[in-house]
Amino acid sequence: MSELRNIIVPLITVFGVIIIAMSMAAGLIWLERRLLALWQDRYGPNRVGPFGLLQVLADLIKIISKEDWVPPFADAAVFVVAPAAMFIPTLLTFAVISYTPGIAVADLNIGLLFFLAMSSLTVYGVVLAGWASDSKYSLLGGMRAAAQMLSYEVFMSLSLMGVVMLAGSFDLRQIVEAQRGLWYVVPQFPGMLIFLTAGVAETRRLPFDLPEAEGELVAGFHAEYSGMKFALFFIEEYLGITLISVLVSVLFFGGWLGPLLPPLAWLAIKTMFFISLFILLRATFPRPRYDQLMSFGWKAMLPLALANLVVTGGIILAAR
Amino acid sequence: MGVIFYISAAVAVAATVGVITSDNAVHALLYLIVSLLAISLIFYILGAPFAAALEAIIYAGAIMVLFIFVIMILNLGPQEARRERSWLKPRMWVGPAALALILAGELVYLLLESGQAGAPAGTASVGPEPVGATLFGPYLLGVELASFLLLAGLVGALHLGRRETGEEAAGEQEAEAGAARAGGAAGAAVEGE
Repeated sequence: MSELRNIIVPLITVFGVIIIAMSMAAGLIWLERRLLALWQDRYGPNRVGPFGLLQVLADLIKIISKEDWVPPFADAAVFVVAPAAMFIPTLLTFAVISYTPGIAVADLNIGLLFFLAMSSLTVYGVVLAGWASDSKYSLLGGMRAAAQMLSYEVFMSLSLMGVVMLAGSFDLRQIVEAQRGLWYVVPQFPGMLIFLTAGVAETRRLPFDLPEAEGELVAGFHAEYSGMKFALFFIEEYLGITLISVLVSVLFFGGWLGPLLPPLAWLAIKTMFFISLFILLRATFPRPRYDQLMSFGWKAMLPLALANLVVTGGIILAAR
Repeated sequence: MGVIFYISAAVAVAATVGVITSDNAVHALLYLIVSLLAISLIFYILGAPFAAALEAIIYAGAIMVLFIFVIMILNLGPQEARRERSWLKPRMWVGPAALALILAGELVYLLLESGQAGAPAGTASVGPEPVGATLFGPYLLGVELASFLLLAGLVGALHLGRRETGEEAAGEQEAEAGAARAGGAAGAAVEGE
């Protein structure tokens, strides 16, 4: 009986996490369109099903029935692999997140480093999609993505090191446990801001969506994609938003910790808050010029992240 | 664990062969990334999770992105793949194959000598703290020298990528702009690591 339990419980966890993450990502497409519509004083999708909830399903049916087309000038093998190369690492990262004290697919002792490794691998999807499409707009989008994501990854890792120093661990469960007294958003406020900004850049969301920048690059790196391959890029963006929002909640806002409500509810509330923040950012900010984006990163974020690291280290050393 | 080790080792070897035999530069780099990830998995199995994560983050996640970035800027077409194919004549394989054979012979000898081929080497898990303590303890000088090297690379990239003000620069700047930008990005990321 207990052997059966040992097999079934992990299986439920694994598939539960995958299904919830995927349906979150799909649901976010609807949520984003409705919220943007609300903030822009219009209706948004409200025809299909109650509140337009089935719009995503309708879109899915449409996109599956589309022709799966590979341009004749493209590098076919890389063109097909690129969407998966982007999607799989993002999905894999959900495995190391600790959702409640008991629920985590893999309680990895290098969980945070695993996230950083996977987030640096997502760059390949964008870059290879841009290169394999063999069109000038895609190539420009891919090149922008490579430089942008590589640069912002540097501050992202540096901003997390303050949390690691305070918690003394890369393990996400231990990081949450260490926040019982005080959420890390208080001692690590600059780190939180840097991580959130870098997270927006890593998911290529507005205002940092220069790799696709539809006003100048048609659709950037995925200009040549259609059908399910495009859908993978599209869903990955929302999966990325969910991932960054969960991570901000876990790393800086105490994860599942909170009074009264069950742990999972607290994590869901915090995550939804940051997802809405992501969407609000899109509704609010204009897109910067590319050189502004880069100089903002290297001239403002990097020194700030380093200063945060030095000050945190100094205080920990002095308190010891 | 043994099975996983052999699978990832086989993937690493096959991918590395792919790196050497690919005509297309980007395909070769993709094989190299797979090879690095397979080696990262081997590190993990051998009880070095921290080294495994660093292998994935630094080599597969950062340095190889820069390689791809530069190759993308060069935008090598099919004619470049043809030229590459003409270089890879059977005659080219003799030297490297002979050297690789020597290494393979050594490996077989060592495996026979130790008598326990296939037993995973590490048993104790090496976490982040021992790695950090060793790097900044006994190997501090090496770390310092490596950072000198990176600093020199960064300054060099900055010099090449700098916009020249003189008139004689106008002509050559056009030609070098692409290469210099790539160099600048490479230097910047090297500093980040």
